[in-house]
Order: sequence, then C-alpha cells, then structure tokens
Amino acid sequence: MSDQIDVHKVARLGALAVSDDEVAAVGQKLNAILGLFDQLAAINTDGVEPMAHPLDQVQRLREDVVTETDIHEYVQQIAPKVEAGLYLVPKVIE
Amino acid sequence: MNFHQMTMVQLAEQLRNKSVSSVELTQYFLDRMAQFDGQINSYITQTPDLALAQAAVADARRAAGEDGLLLGMPLAHKDIFCTKDVITTCASKMLANFKAPYNATVVEKLNAAGMVTLGKVNMDEFAMGSTTENSAFGVTRNPWSLDAVPGGSSGGSAAALAAGLAPVATGTDTGGSIRQPAAFCGVTGIKPTYGSVSRYGMIAYASSLDQGGPMAKTAEDCAHLLSAMAGFDERDSTCAEGARPDYVAGLNDSVKGLRIGLPKEYFGEGLSAEVKAATMAVAAELEKQGAVLVEVSLPNTSAAMPAYYVIAPAEASSNLSRYDGVRFGHRCDNPKDLKDMYTRSRSEGFGAEVKRRIMVGAYVLSAGYYDAYYLKAQRVRRLIKQDFVNAFDQCDVILGPVAPTPAWKLGEKTADPTAMYLADIYTIPVNLAGLPAIALPAGFSGGLPVGVQLIGNYFSEPKLLNVAHQYQQATQHHIQMPAAFA
Repeated sequence: MSDQIDVHKVARLGALAVSDDEVAAVGQKLNAILGLFDQLAAINTDGVEPMAHPLDQVQRLREDVVTETDIHEYVQQIAPKVEAGLYLVPKVIE
Repeated sequence: MNFHQMTMVQLAEQLRNKSVSSVELTQYFLDRMAQFDGQINSYITQTPDLALAQAAVADARRAAGEDGLLLGMPLAHKDIFCTKDVITTCASKMLANFKAPYNATVVEKLNAAGMVTLGKVNMDEFAMGSTTENSAFGVTRNPWSLDAVPGGSSGGSAAALAAGLAPVATGTDTGGSIRQPAAFCGVTGIKPTYGSVSRYGMIAYASSLDQGGPMAKTAEDCAHLLSAMAGFDERDSTCAEGARPDYVAGLNDSVKGLRIGLPKEYFGEGLSAEVKAATMAVAAELEKQGAVLVEVSLPNTSAAMPAYYVIAPAEASSNLSRYDGVRFGHRCDNPKDLKDMYTRSRSEGFGAEVKRRIMVGAYVLSAGYYDAYYLKAQRVRRLIKQDFVNAFDQCDVILGPVAPTPAWKLGEKTADPTAMYLADIYTIPVNLAGLPAIALPAGFSGGLPVGVQLIGNYFSEPKLLNVAHQYQQATQHHIQMPAAFA
C-alpha cells in the first residue's frame, strides 16, 4: 500500500525544511514507519465507525457569554515581536 | 531521617505530627537534588526559591490549623504542565524560554492543596519518545544503571522518584509515557481513564490520547495524588463530566474473588523470559490472595502499534502547527519573508523525532491518503476498544507486562525509530481505548526493575489502585532503591 514518500512535499506540508543532505536519511526512516502501516490494510473494518473519542463523547455547549477579560497585553509579553497590540511578522505583501 | 526512603503517606504523617516542617522537608529534597541530579539529569529546572516560599506558606497554613495529606508535600512536575512562575519547555528548544501566562489545571489544583514545586522534570520533546533521549536538555539516566535509559516520555519523573529526588511527581501518558518509565525505574504510576484529569495547560501532543496522572513509590501514594489531580474542568473540552470516584476508600478491600484476565496476546513472541516470569509471579501472588486467573483474548493487539503511529502523529502535526514563531516560542533570526520565518523557526526549534512525527502526520492526513491511513486507523481503534469491552465480560482487571524487556542501553535504539515504536506494544492499546492502567514494580532482571500493568474498565481506577495496593502490602519490590542513591 505505502508509496515512497516525497520528503520535500511532506516537509512543506509540515512547514519544515529538510536539507538536500538529509533527504535520503529522513526518507528512509519515514518509509520504514509507513511500512508499519501496511498491516492496517489487511484488517477487516467493514461497517466499523471511525473512533475519535474513547467514550464517544460529544463537545459540550455553553451559554454564549463573555468569559474572558481583555488580557492581550499580558499574553503578548511572551511574543517575539509586538507593536500597538499587534503581532509583527515579516512583510507579506510587497 | 532518610526522608527519601519514605512513601508520601509516611512523609505526610511526619508533617502531620510535626516531626518535620515543610520547609525542612523541602530543603532535604533540594539538597539531594543538588547532590545527586548531576548524575542522572532528571530535572530541567530546579526551583528552590519557589519551593521554599511555597513550603513556608504550607507551614503557616498548618500552624493555622489546616490539615491535609498533601499540605506541604514536595513534588516534581513533568515539564509539559504549564507553570506561570517557572519556564515550561516541554523539553524542546522551541519553548526554551516559554513562560506560560497561566497554570495548568493540574498545577492549580496541587498548588491549592498546598504542594511544593521542587522543579520541572525532563521528558522526551513534546512527549514523543520512549527513552527521554529526545530531550533538547540532555538525556536522563536510569538511577538503577547509569548507562540505561529511564524510559519515556515521563523519564525525568520516574528517574527523580527512583533516585529519591522527589517524593511524588506528575506525568502524562499518550502511548505509555507514565507506565513504561515507571516500569523501567521501579516506581508506580497510573494512567487514568481518558478525560479524568484536565488537559488544560498540559501541552498537547495527541489530544484524543493524552492523559495526565500521578507517579510515586506506591499505589497508595498515587491514589492520594490522583484524588487531588482528577476532576471535571470546564476549560478542557474533552474532560469527563460528573464526580470522580473515591480513589482511596477501597484500597484495603480484599481481592478475593477478583477475576484477573491474562491476555494471551501479551505473552507471545517478543516478550522476554524474565518479564514474563515476573508477570506470572504477580498473578500467582494475587491468586494466593484469592483472585481467580482467567485467560482472555485481545485479538487486535498487534494492530494497535500501527494505528497509534497513524493517529498520534496526525494529531501532533495539527497540534504543533501552533508553533509558528508568531505569538510565542522560538523565532528564527532575520526571516526574509513569512514562509521563511515559519519554516526556519520550526526547523530550528524542533528535534528530529518531533519533525518525523509531524511529517508522518502530514502525510497520513494529506489528500489521497486520509481514508487509507487516518480513517482506517480510527476504525481499527474502535476494534481495539471492542476487544477490551469483550474481555471485561470475563474479567474485572487485566494483567500484563508493561514493556517486552527491562530498560535498554542509552543510544541502543535511537538509530531505528521503528524498533523503538515496537517496544510500546503493550501500553498503546490502553490509550487507544481510553482505559485506565497502573504500572507497578514486580521484581528485577539483571539489576534493572521490571514492571507489570493492571488494566481496568472505564473509571475503574479505584479497583486498579486497590489491587496494586494489596499486591504491594504483600511484597517489597516497590520499596527498593538503587544502592548509589539509597
């Protein structure tokens, strides 16, 4: 079942960089991991619902009321770069 | 007094009868940490000033007439629990300077009970690993043999306990991360039913599997610590509603008539003879106390490992997308554009195993593979749960090994991630099913501890703690300490 993994593609999906020197070694380990998954295909799961929560609990709903005060200054103390209450990042549009 | 040889319940008695103050007890453990932790590197951050201040408050509360088993008791927190006053690293370079804006619910609850934080202990980065070798802050060594791994991911918690550098500790268990290090270091730890303990402020790895729990010398200590940790929390959307059972009241119940299931799939190929013998010896002791042994079957056991290594990385790749260098955590120097900032911040901040799991997760969730891998694994997950449901028709608890072997050597499996994953085969099914399980010491093999686990039905922690306590009342494995730290 498992195809050979495209390391650059999965790295891009994960917003990670893999250098050209590392591609072969990383790819070999990822392929070994994907190889483990082949036995899943052999298991009959016809009519079995996917399970996302062990107790099949659904999300609770609460009243739509304000529960948090404005703490942006406090929370932004740990941000790498902030100005006027905004998170600063490199320029996006030239 | 050799306070480090005492259980938490014994230490609580010392505090209660004023034989020792919390400040004195805290200083005793801080001194041991200063003396011994250089050998094992169990702490990422030691917090002597905070600890002594908390201890002084606890002493004042006691002097004012308050009483409580945890009041003034020192503990170590796994560095995955957010603490407002102390850096929380999750053993990652990504969070090397992360000061959380809030306390985890677990930390809040234990602080409120008057517990004293000795420091934050080491782990595999983002709890991804089985040896604590995947830490950005150096490996932790096993106090029983300094060239052996302590297990993981809660390896710092287990090693600190085994070396007497904390009376109790917190841990988390996503695929065995409380039980396996407990087994490797000869201590006791319980992974509660999914949803028992709040995940709020517990840095997320795989949210549908993650669960916090206590680690200690004894099941009795775990029962008391879990009583303070567990409970409904509105701030954790998957926390179980309603009251928690009484974890302490039934500790002294007899195990007479208890049906103990031995799953035949847990005793097959790959299990070392010593671990098998130790597990059967536990069964024999409980049988002697009146329990009944029955063979059960968990036919989908071998599918648990691949299902886990699809589901956990999928959830991890999603959870760890928050580390983008924007709001908190590591940001690379001089990013040339936004994409460069994301990619370089993450590539510099994460270690190899974390990157591997992010990429595996991205792959199994990507277009064209989602059904074949992710949905398939979730269907297999239900089959694994059903195996346990069926088994619990025939037995009250399930007994098995925690890991196929005792602790291995540092570096032995780091080159081959798949070999490392295979060592999780007995712990992973429990997380997929969301069940509680307790690991407890069951003897030694070649000088290294061997652990067994008892698995129970949903919310049956009181029964697991009771059976483990009854076993520990009749045996001595759990009170052994490594000679170099005794």
